Amino acid sequence: MGRARTIARRSFLIGSAAIAGGVAFGVWRFKTPYANPLLRDLPEGAAALTPYVIITAEAITLITPRADKGQGATSVQAALIAEELDVGLDQVSTDPGPPSRAYWNTALSSEAVPFRATDQGWLAETARGAMAAPMKFLGMQITGGSTTVPDGYEKLRRAGAVARETLKAAAARLHGLEVATLTTERGAVVLPDGTRLSYQSLAAEAALTEPVTKVALRDPAGWRLLTKPMQRIDIVAKSTGKQDYGIDVTRPDMLYAAVRLAPQGAALRGFDATRAETMRGVEKVLALPGGVAVIATSTWHAMQGAQAIMLDHGPAPFPPDMAGHWQALSESFDSARQDSQFRDEGDVEAALAESTDVEAEYRAPYLAHAPLEPLNATVLYTPARVDVWTGTQVPRFVQKNVAAITGLAAEAIHVHAQMIGGSFGHRLEDEVTRHAARIAMAVPGRPVKLTYSREEDMGHDFPRQIAMARGRGRVAGGRVVAVDLGIAMPSVIASQMGRQNIPAPGPDLQIVAGAWDQPFAIPHYRVTGYRAPELAPVSSWRSVGASTNGFFHESLLDEVIHAAGADPLEERLRLCDHGPSRAVLEAVGEMSGWGAPMAAGRGRGVAFCLSFGVPCAMVVEVTQTAEGIRLDHVHVAAEVGRVLDPVNFDGLVKGGVVFGLGHAMHGQITYEGGVTEQTNFDTFRAMRLCQCPEITVRGLENGERIRGIGEPPVPPAAPALANAIFAATGSRVREMPFDQHIGFV
Amino acid sequence: MPLTVNGTDFPTHGLDPDMPLLWVLRDVLGLTGTKYGCGIAQCGACTVHIDGVATRSCQVALGDVWGPVTTIEGLGTPETPHPVQAAWIATQVAQCGYCQSGQIMQAAGLLAEVADPTDAEIDDAMSGNLCRCGTYPRIRAAVRAAARAMKGA
Repeated sequence: MGRARTIARRSFLIGSAAIAGGVAFGVWRFKTPYANPLLRDLPEGAAALTPYVIITAEAITLITPRADKGQGATSVQAALIAEELDVGLDQVSTDPGPPSRAYWNTALSSEAVPFRATDQGWLAETARGAMAAPMKFLGMQITGGSTTVPDGYEKLRRAGAVARETLKAAAARLHGLEVATLTTERGAVVLPDGTRLSYQSLAAEAALTEPVTKVALRDPAGWRLLTKPMQRIDIVAKSTGKQDYGIDVTRPDMLYAAVRLAPQGAALRGFDATRAETMRGVEKVLALPGGVAVIATSTWHAMQGAQAIMLDHGPAPFPPDMAGHWQALSESFDSARQDSQFRDEGDVEAALAESTDVEAEYRAPYLAHAPLEPLNATVLYTPARVDVWTGTQVPRFVQKNVAAITGLAAEAIHVHAQMIGGSFGHRLEDEVTRHAARIAMAVPGRPVKLTYSREEDMGHDFPRQIAMARGRGRVAGGRVVAVDLGIAMPSVIASQMGRQNIPAPGPDLQIVAGAWDQPFAIPHYRVTGYRAPELAPVSSWRSVGASTNGFFHESLLDEVIHAAGADPLEERLRLCDHGPSRAVLEAVGEMSGWGAPMAAGRGRGVAFCLSFGVPCAMVVEVTQTAEGIRLDHVHVAAEVGRVLDPVNFDGLVKGGVVFGLGHAMHGQITYEGGVTEQTNFDTFRAMRLCQCPEITVRGLENGERIRGIGEPPVPPAAPALANAIFAATGSRVREMPFDQHIGFV
Repeated sequence: MPLTVNGTDFPTHGLDPDMPLLWVLRDVLGLTGTKYGCGIAQCGACTVHIDGVATRSCQVALGDVWGPVTTIEGLGTPETPHPVQAAWIATQVAQCGYCQSGQIMQAAGLLAEVADPTDAEIDDAMSGNLCRCGTYPRIRAAVRAAARAMKGA
């Protein structure tokens, strides 16, 4: 590569048109890059060397392309870059950047192969490497699978280091000094005489400097930011009402819209909008695929109008009531529907033929994602260009699908990523921007903000998969000898990718994730996945397959251990064949004082799940009271290789515990007549503050790889609670939500 | 009658008197710190103070607003946060943050009534406010810290 390429385009940073020149740095040059997406919109005289750092005469901007939906992705991405760049987080601004292939997710692909995360042998590693190529080809700019940290851990630090070393080279050239005599500190290159040259003052020179791409990453022992308690960069705004989310987008001359939708997949035969059209504030009513939109002068008037519309629709293309859904799952335990059997050790059939000591069936319901910010998108359509303001985990899918709807080229679709008020997987879908684009086409030249009512959001969610499991076990001599687990569910990945017209060939790992891949050495051990037919459309819900399978596997294991007369923690430790996993089990044992006697009516339960490469163990303590089961204390330990931000780590783990426990206790989506029965928080119940137990968290750092923590605390929560309820009451709860069978305080 | 929000009077003629205060704040006045979450008083994201009392603004029609309104923007600012906001910042409560305007207004309303609430009083006052990210442990800690700070002030 020769001189830095200069271009003549306006700034892509909103409000920075006055910037005269600058430079952008990143890591994409290192690994056969895609074109740098920042080139297309930088100001005149600016240079773009990489897609992660932009320095101009005025400001330092770090590009954080993974979507922030509350997990702190923006902060941790910025910290990874800033650590090597030698800037403080108070000295930079962040920008999510444009949708681009350059921001493809490296880490997501490495989990899409049928090897256990604990398997780092040659074959497993080769397969992970092979998967990276198609992921890169598809330019999968996706936030998900707890991959933001593993994906960015090296490449974002490298981006910071490249920028730092190039700035030093620029300073050296400008002052006729040897690079080796220069240092950097808090956004400045420091000369031997102590003179500080701010990065901004070096921007123009750096733009003309050959980028320094041979950089060594620093020893973590010398880190200033990472691994230390940090203040999240959004925390002040989020505590003072100043944080804007997608739902807060306001554009000049903006209209407001709401939708009324038929059940998913049901054909819309017609509608009656007579009353809506005469209502105050309503400007326009238009048909959408599967529903109707109302454009009005405020969100409330649009929602009122939408509610007044009568829809005439056909039946939903799945069983009308729950009995039909459960029957479809029950009938899927059949060799014709077998999807995978990645684990089959010993001779399970022979062992269980001799004696079957445990036989049980478990159930997990559909669940809404229900982040507190309802779905929304603001779109400005003109015949030549479309602007989309929305929170999304899949910006390139948004771009592609809005292009198809409007008939414009993808380059004409400008996606402005917004802060997301929770997702739990829903923002991996893009139905809201598809509807918003069609609505905006009805009013060319005027921005329209579409906001779903809570009822439309929850009633038309693509919920967490419904699932059923059947397990058997055998014990001998006080030990677990055989475990056989079959799991039936529809394929989440096929349903989700189907909406993007992307094929999902081969077995769906998510049908058995969190069950087949657990680090236990059991003499006769088998996990079989059965692919149920497509039922209601389903989608990734925080921890995906493991959200149901952790409950199935750890409930069954607990029952078999109980049948053996063994201690639930001791027997798990005896069976566990993976050091870091043993360590999290030992940690929660120590934290909870496992084994110490408890009063009558109290009980503790343990559960473990290795998901997204993270071993996570939990002990839940409960008390049986006259008002029902009370959750007292949760002890949780997780192994992530390295805890980059201890404050945020602690918060995410606690949040995951609350999420897992709350849904296990109360959450379900059911269908009656093909229509969702729960459409708001009065019937889709979640954990309330008064129910929240004390939660103690420990992060362990024994693993070889760095991992993300967004999802792994969820799967062990439900089984740990069920096992605690058994310990306290003697009753096994085998179906979620548990409140169908037992009361809670 | 004008609507008083954060000490400023806004004319209301021409506005739909049935429109909930929540949507007047958000879509008419541009005060988007107050959030829509459920529309049926189940989540608390829309909590504001009317005459100093924590109230769900999705349930109060514009024509029924009975006193001056304070929103999260009027409680304090990044430069001069209210003690409850300062405690929320120091404790780093927020994850997605979408519910936190309502949580903070609810907590400020509680501490205005009860200077030194017990754990049970905190649980009672805060359990109508939903947090889907599960920040409850830090909300409890921040309310206690704010109570201590306000007592000391």
